[in-house]
Amino acid sequence: MTTSNSLVYLIALPLLGATILLLAGRRADKWGHILGTLMSGSSFAVGLYQLSQMLGRSNTARPVEQKLFEWISVGSFKVDAGLLLDQLSICFVLLITGVGTLIHIYSISYMSHDHDRRRFFAYLNLFIAAMLLLVLGNSYLNLYVGWEGVGLASYLLIGFWNQKPAYATASKKAFVMNRVGDMGLSFAIMIAFATVGTVSFAGIKEHAHHTSTAALTAMGIMLLVAATGKSAQFPLQAWLGDAMAGPTPVSALIHAATMVTAGVYLITRSNFIFDAAPTAQLLVVIVGAITLLFGALIGTAKDDIKKALAASTMSQIGYMILGAGLGPVGYAFAIMHLLTHGFFKAGMFLGAGSVMHGMNDEVNMRKYGALRKFMPITFVTFGLGYLAILGVPPFAGFYSKDMIIETAFNAGGIKGILLGSVTLLGAGITAFYMTRVMILTFTGKARWDEEAHPHESPLLMWLPMAILAIGSVSSGYLLSRGDALVNWLSPLFEHHGEHEELLAPIVVSALALGMVAIGVAIAFLKYSRQEVASVAPENVSVFTKIAREDLMQDRFNEAVFMRPGQQLTQVLVKTDEAVIDGAVRGVGKLAMGSSSLLRGVQSGFVRSYAALIFVGAALLIAAIWVVVQ
Amino acid sequence: MDAANYLYLSVLLFTIGAVGVVVRRNAIVVFMCVELMLNAANLAFVTFSRINGDLNGQVVAFFTMVVAACEVVVGLAIIVTIYRSRRSASVDDASLLKR
Repeated sequence: MTTSNSLVYLIALPLLGATILLLAGRRADKWGHILGTLMSGSSFAVGLYQLSQMLGRSNTARPVEQKLFEWISVGSFKVDAGLLLDQLSICFVLLITGVGTLIHIYSISYMSHDHDRRRFFAYLNLFIAAMLLLVLGNSYLNLYVGWEGVGLASYLLIGFWNQKPAYATASKKAFVMNRVGDMGLSFAIMIAFATVGTVSFAGIKEHAHHTSTAALTAMGIMLLVAATGKSAQFPLQAWLGDAMAGPTPVSALIHAATMVTAGVYLITRSNFIFDAAPTAQLLVVIVGAITLLFGALIGTAKDDIKKALAASTMSQIGYMILGAGLGPVGYAFAIMHLLTHGFFKAGMFLGAGSVMHGMNDEVNMRKYGALRKFMPITFVTFGLGYLAILGVPPFAGFYSKDMIIETAFNAGGIKGILLGSVTLLGAGITAFYMTRVMILTFTGKARWDEEAHPHESPLLMWLPMAILAIGSVSSGYLLSRGDALVNWLSPLFEHHGEHEELLAPIVVSALALGMVAIGVAIAFLKYSRQEVASVAPENVSVFTKIAREDLMQDRFNEAVFMRPGQQLTQVLVKTDEAVIDGAVRGVGKLAMGSSSLLRGVQSGFVRSYAALIFVGAALLIAAIWVVVQ
Repeated sequence: MDAANYLYLSVLLFTIGAVGVVVRRNAIVVFMCVELMLNAANLAFVTFSRINGDLNGQVVAFFTMVVAACEVVVGLAIIVTIYRSRRSASVDDASLLKR
């Protein structure tokens, strides 16, 4: 395999940026944001250089490796800290550094009034470095380091304004729920080590054929648990909505475009495990299908623009997970949707940030309205993202989402029909809630608070939005023209024969567009024809109430895990105090009591000691005499 | 003469020494009583040596004398030091370790 010495710079540059910014402290306040952006940008440049090198090689010789150092060497178990850049990771590298750099640029302006802007950029750089390590690691153990690194960066950035207790709680919630998923990943690594004896991707792929299906299934399920935690999938999805406490660029970069898609990367990267473990693969599909409906339903009831977008992210990642669970045919489409989603969702989040910037950080869409005239650029870029997520041709989502719907229908039998219907229904609901967001925010009557003075955002903010909007328009076409992405990724996945087609692609597209049209129409009837109340109405149906409560996810977690957990802890604490501490203290008390009794013997008078010695000696002699007799 | 008589004398000397250690307060007298007990033991050793007809008991008696000499050196030094600091040679006064 080709080796390269420049892969490490991809990670080292942003890591260096983070180190300098964190160590330099307040002295770096003046230039910290520029350094952070430069480091992210130069990492992007290294990524482009690697892409150009990769394009120059033949299809099978494209992966590049770099061994950094021997990390673990215990007996027969050896792990090198090594990087692997192949056709899959380069997609992620360019998405992370490209979108990441745009968001750095956006943040210069968005965070300009924050006196902690330097620290913000340090964390952003730390995130970029950790995420690149995640996608570049050549073994599950290296991936794990990056996996934990992005978790840390996510925690730090969600709680960036941790002076507000609610935000600090949100970051803690995200961290704890992610830990549940991380446990899955560490279990998967342990199973791999115990059964296969290696943890590198290449090693496991090589041995996958003669590893027992049970072990592979267990590994697959544990990897799925990891993916559900990081990608906010059912049943570990509850943290994503609260994660919107972080500054909006963070939501765009980490909780829309990159980190939350790490689960999709993990499943796609582990294709050799899932292909050989049909049960785990089926679970992946089920999780994806549930989440895509779950997220979409939450999205319909949210008045907070960022939470509506977060629910949408959850739902779209559900599509990707579902695609990745459909096996060799689905991997490439999952990655394609991931890339196009990275463009349009990051763009829409930045748009939401731009709206908040102009509206005194108001997030309630019921207090927006009629912003089209005041923020034309934001309206256009957000609108292009909107068309892309709906899947209207020729925007990006049309290519990527329709491919997933089509693959779902072609999965065969009842499963195919069920999955296809779920994805179609999801597309309809997506159209409804995204149209609702558009109508509430940009059209209708102004429902602002009195002190709001909406205005267009400065150049540094709308330029990244515009670039991402161009991506939302064109990326789908570019990636699917001549099956570009599918062919690009094909050396990585094993191919089984062509699947029979249940429905022709044109029929699927027509069905999807029909669902989208219905969703848009309902949203128009409900929100454009009628007045929108600036305060959320209380007398709503029970379904709306449940959806506003995020489909009871927090209540469920609290009732099933949190309270029993707390009670268990209390029982354990009491047991600890009464039984264990009681035993320890009892031993101590026994020793103290008996010694204070014995202490009386120590009178301090030499003569009484001597008398005792004589008595003792006499007793001994008497005892010996008795025994001898 | 019956060798047992020497043993009776030894027991008598030991008892006098032991009673002296327990009842007397003056450190010097207590000390002398200890020496008396050592010598009673020596007498017993030598007597047994005579009864059994070998020299082991005689040899041990020499060891005891060496130990007694060392003990006198150390013990007297301690008693003199205590007397200097406390102006008293009573063993009952030197009971500070109790607390």
